[in-house]
Amino acid sequence: MRHIISILIENEAGALSRVSGLFSARAFNIESLTVAPTEDASLSRMTIVSTGSDDVIEQITKQLNKLIDVVKVVDLSEAAHIERELMLVRVRAAGKDREEMKRIADIFRGRIIDVTDSTYVIELTGNGSKLDAFLEAIDRSLILETVRTGVSGIGRGDRILKV
Amino acid sequence: MQLTGAEIVIRCLHEEKVEYVFGYPGGSVLYIYDELFKQDKFKHVLVRHEQAAVHAADAYSRSSNKIGVCLVTSGPGVTNAVTGIATAHMDSVPLVIISGQVPTAYIGQDAFQECDTVGITRPCVKHNFLVKDVRDLAVTLKKAFYIAKTGRPGPVLVDIPKDITNQKCEFEYPKTIAMRSYNPMVKGHSGQIKKAVQMLLEAKRPMIYAGGGVILSDAAEKLTKFARSLGYPVTNTLMGLGGFPATDKHSLGMLGMHGTYEANMAMQHCDVLIAVGARFDDRVIGNPANFAGVSRKIIHIDIDPSSISKRVKVDVPIVGNLPDVLDELQKLLEASAGVPDPKALAAWWKQIDEWRSKKSLKYKQGKEIIMPQYVIEKLYEVTGGDAFITSDVGQHQMWAAQYYKFDKPRRWINSGGLGTMGVGLPYAMGVRFANPKATVACVTGEGSIQMNIQELSTAKQFRLPIKIINLNNRYLGMVRQWQQMFHGNRYAESYVDALPDFVKLAEAYGHVGMKIERPADVEPALRETFTKHKNDLVFMDFLTDQTANVYPMVAAGKGLSEMILAEEL
Ligand SMILES: Cc1ncc(C[n+]2csc(CCOP(=O)(O)OP(=O)(O)O)c2C)c(N)n1
Repeated sequence: MRHIISILIENEAGALSRVSGLFSARAFNIESLTVAPTEDASLSRMTIVSTGSDDVIEQITKQLNKLIDVVKVVDLSEAAHIERELMLVRVRAAGKDREEMKRIADIFRGRIIDVTDSTYVIELTGNGSKLDAFLEAIDRSLILETVRTGVSGIGRGDRILKV
Repeated sequence: MQLTGAEIVIRCLHEEKVEYVFGYPGGSVLYIYDELFKQDKFKHVLVRHEQAAVHAADAYSRSSNKIGVCLVTSGPGVTNAVTGIATAHMDSVPLVIISGQVPTAYIGQDAFQECDTVGITRPCVKHNFLVKDVRDLAVTLKKAFYIAKTGRPGPVLVDIPKDITNQKCEFEYPKTIAMRSYNPMVKGHSGQIKKAVQMLLEAKRPMIYAGGGVILSDAAEKLTKFARSLGYPVTNTLMGLGGFPATDKHSLGMLGMHGTYEANMAMQHCDVLIAVGARFDDRVIGNPANFAGVSRKIIHIDIDPSSISKRVKVDVPIVGNLPDVLDELQKLLEASAGVPDPKALAAWWKQIDEWRSKKSLKYKQGKEIIMPQYVIEKLYEVTGGDAFITSDVGQHQMWAAQYYKFDKPRRWINSGGLGTMGVGLPYAMGVRFANPKATVACVTGEGSIQMNIQELSTAKQFRLPIKIINLNNRYLGMVRQWQQMFHGNRYAESYVDALPDFVKLAEAYGHVGMKIERPADVEPALRETFTKHKNDLVFMDFLTDQTANVYPMVAAGKGLSEMILAEEL
C-alpha cells in the first residue's frame, strides 16, 4: 500500500540525511521525499511517499519517531488528506503542435510560464496521477524535459500537524 | 567567566562526574589534551588503538551502568573508533564519544586528517552532533550525556572542530535538558499491563524470555522476584545472562542458536510467552516463520516501540521502562485473586524436566586432550562463579555463555549484536576500571585475541590483573564449525598458522604466561593463576580439542525445535 508520511523535524544540518539514511539502511522503499522549512524556521516539514505492507509502514513510522531530531510523525493516508505535486514540463510547441499543446494544458489547468518560438514550459499542480495523466495525454515525443517536486501532503478538516 | 572550548569540555566532564576517559591524542584534540593535563578529577586511559578505547569505555559502562567516555582525534582516530561505536550501538550501551575535527574553515576541503565523522558514524550511533559554535558546546555535551543514558541507551558522538576548542565564551552547564523532539520516559500502559496479568494467570504453559534490556535497565532483581513469585520457567538471551540467576531451578539457561534443548523446546511449546527487554533477534528465535508457526500468546515489554512487532507479531505490547513495568505487574499479581493453575504448571514442569534430561550440554573430557567446555567449567569452579567474564567472538564465546553460570547481572560482557572479534581484552580492561577489586577473566580464542593484542601494553601500564583464558584450537573455530557442517569440510582460510608463542608474548609485555596442554593441568593452573598470581595479568594458553563443536545448534534459517544435538557420546 502507498502511504504518505508527514514529518516535523528540527531544522538542523544533516536532518535530511538522517531520514534518507534510515530509509536506505533499513531497506525501506521511498518513492518521493520533499522537505522545506515551516513558518517556524526552527522546524522543517517533510512529506515522504512510501509503499509497503502495514507492518513495514508501522516500522517506518516507529523508526522515524526514534530519530532524535524528529518531533512528530503522522501517516496522512490513515485519514482524509490532500496531496499535491508541482511539475514543470518543457515541450516542443511549434507549428500545429503549438495550439494543441495549449489546449491540453488548459484542460489540465496548466499554465504556460515560459515561451519561445518553438517551446513552452508548462506548470501543473495536482496529485501524482493527474500529472501522470497529463504526460500521457500529450505526444511523448514532444516532451523535452520534466521536473517534479514530489508529493506534499496535508490533512483535511481539523487534522493539524503542529508542535 | 570566559572559558575556552577545551576548558569547557573538561568542565562538562567534571560536571558529569566522569571517572575515566579512554582515549588517544592527535592534532585536532591537542587543546583538549592540554586542559586534561591540568586537571586531576578524572583519569585518562591511554589505549594503544582507538578501537580499544571505545570497547573499554563500553565495558566500563556495561559492568557499572555508568556512561563510558572516549576521546579520539579526527580522521583515522575516528575511523579506528567506528568498530567500537557500532559494537556499543548494537548492544544499546550508553557512551559519549568526543572526536576532534579539523578547524571549521577547513571542513570540506579534504584537509589533513579530515573525515566526515558525523556522516560515517550516523548509522551506528543513537545520535551525533557537530559543534559549530563554542556557545553551543556545553549544552551539546549535556544533551549527549542525556540522550546516551535515557530511553533505549546508546552511543552519542560529539564532533568538535579544533578552532572551537580554542575559542572562548561564558560557561554555564545546564542543569536539565528539555528537547521537544525527544521525550523518552514512558510509563507502561496500565490497561495493557492488566491484560498481561490476566494472560499470565491463565497460562497453562508459560514462559519468560528475558533479554539484555533486563541488564541495561537494572531490572534483574525485579525480574527474579516476578518469575519466582509465579514459579514460571525463565530463559535468558546471550545478552540477558545474569538477568535471572542461572543456578535457580526455574532457569532453563540460554536460548537460541546455541541455547539449551529445554529452553528452545519450551519457547516452541509454551502457550503464553512474555518477552522482557528482548527483541526476537534472528540468532534467538531462528526462522521467524517457523517461530510464528506455533500458536501462543505473546506479551512484549520493551522501552523501544520499534522493537515491538518488528520480527514477530505480539498480542500485548507494553512500551515502558522495564523496572517500572515489572513493579506494576508485580503489584497487580499480588492484588489479584487468581493464581496460576497448579496442575497445568506441574505438568508443564514435568515436560520441561523431560527435555532437561536430554542434558544437551554434555560433553566428554578424556585424559589426553583438553575440552574447551571443561576449561570453562573449571573456571567457574575456581572463581566461585563470581568473576566478571568478558569474551571475544566465536566458539569460546558460546562455551563461556553455556558453561559459566551467571547469577548476577553485568558479570557477562560480550558483543552480542555486532559480534566483534577483538573486544575481549579491552572489555576486560573497562570492567576492571569500573570494578577495581573485581576478578576479571577474558575468555578468548587465538584468532580474536590477536585483534587487540596490543592492549597488553595498556594493561601493563595500568596494572590490570586480567586473566586471559585463551582456548587455543589453532582454528577460527566457529568458522571451521560452519565449514564442517555446511560447506563440505572445506576449511577455507580458517586454520590459524604461524601463531606466536603466547607465553613469550605475554612475558614480552611484562606479564605472566602459561601454556596448558593436558586435562589434568587445567584446574591446578587455574588455581595458581587466581591465587598466586592474583595481582598479575596471566595469559593462559590452553591447547584445546581442534574438533570440538558448539552444540546444541539451530542452523541459520531453521526453527528453534530443529536443533542439532551433540553426537551421541
Ligand atoms: C572482526 C570480526 N571478523 C570476523 C568475524 C567472523 N568470525 C566469527 S567467529 C570467528 C572465529 C573466531 O576464532 P577464534 O577467536 O579463534 O575463536 P574460536 O571460534 O576458535 O573459539 C570469525 C572469524 C567476526 N565475528 N569479527
